[in-house]
Amino acid sequence: MRSPSPAPTQAALYACAIRLGDNNLILGQQLARWIGHSPELEEELGTANVVLDLIGHARVWLTLAGEIEGLNRSEDELAFFRDSRDFHNLLLVEQPNGDFADTITRQFLYDAWHRLYLAELRGSQDARISAIAQKAATEVEYHLQRSREWVVRLGDGTALSHDKMVAALERVWRFTGELFEDDETDRELAAAGIAPLPSTLHAAWQAEVMRTLERATLSPPENVFMHSGGKCGRHGEQHSYILAEMQALPRMYPGATW
Amino acid sequence: MTTPNKDWPLWEIFVRSAHGLAHKHVGSLHAADADMALMNARDTYTRRAEGVSIWVVRSSDIVASDPANKGALFEPAHDKIYRHPTFFELPDAVKNM
Repeated sequence: MRSPSPAPTQAALYACAIRLGDNNLILGQQLARWIGHSPELEEELGTANVVLDLIGHARVWLTLAGEIEGLNRSEDELAFFRDSRDFHNLLLVEQPNGDFADTITRQFLYDAWHRLYLAELRGSQDARISAIAQKAATEVEYHLQRSREWVVRLGDGTALSHDKMVAALERVWRFTGELFEDDETDRELAAAGIAPLPSTLHAAWQAEVMRTLERATLSPPENVFMHSGGKCGRHGEQHSYILAEMQALPRMYPGATW
Repeated sequence: MTTPNKDWPLWEIFVRSAHGLAHKHVGSLHAADADMALMNARDTYTRRAEGVSIWVVRSSDIVASDPANKGALFEPAHDKIYRHPTFFELPDAVKNM
């Protein structure tokens, strides 16, 4: 018998939900900018489906964060009335869409992490968290299938698509270190059996990513300095632009509905 | 590396909406190959839980009857009502006939 896990603090539980919510909200918001600009009509629908899944996940995580916080903040208040410093998304998801190769690379690296993280969350001691993870996991399974196939297709495609994928990996790879960094909150959540310790997911992620990159005749850049800080609210310049676009309307017309 | 083909081929999509029913043609779409056609079909035609199974077929692989030949092919069936099973009472339990 394992000794009973220590109960997590409210702050750690809030961080768990808000980080997951923010990752999906920012990535969904970014991905949505492809709508109307996708290379193919079919691709646009596929992208829109992923966007709707991610925003859907963001909504339930932010709602849960609001409940844990206990200040009656709704999902909308959390999404539209926090500033950049109070967002806890990974730097990876706030990287610009760039070209289609950049978007697909960012998506694949995130999907591979997201799937592993959710798989562990399904066993969370917190019933609310495990229930959300359970439902989200099947959707993310498909996201990964889709982005993985695109990585292979573009990497092992034409000379042009291959070069674009090499350039995309060059741009995005340096934001993958943060996915596996453990901070105080992570350790507390792991000790309480709420969420996995990020560093423990690295080997499985690496295996998935290397397998796919190999099929795609690609390899990750070497000796890369890994950037981090998003989880604790230190974001790049582009983060403010993402928020400006996303938050302008609700801030100009608070409580607006349609 | 293959030479780029700018136009993706057309695929016909068939979706089976429930167990026991046949796959039904729902439309067509463009995709580079069969795998992508399946994914695009999933994203285009099963967004509202329409299906439990998808078939994709290259449009160019479908052999169609000639519309000009309609008379010879189909008209002889018009005056043979005895081929229709309309003289039987269907039990209520039979849903999909």
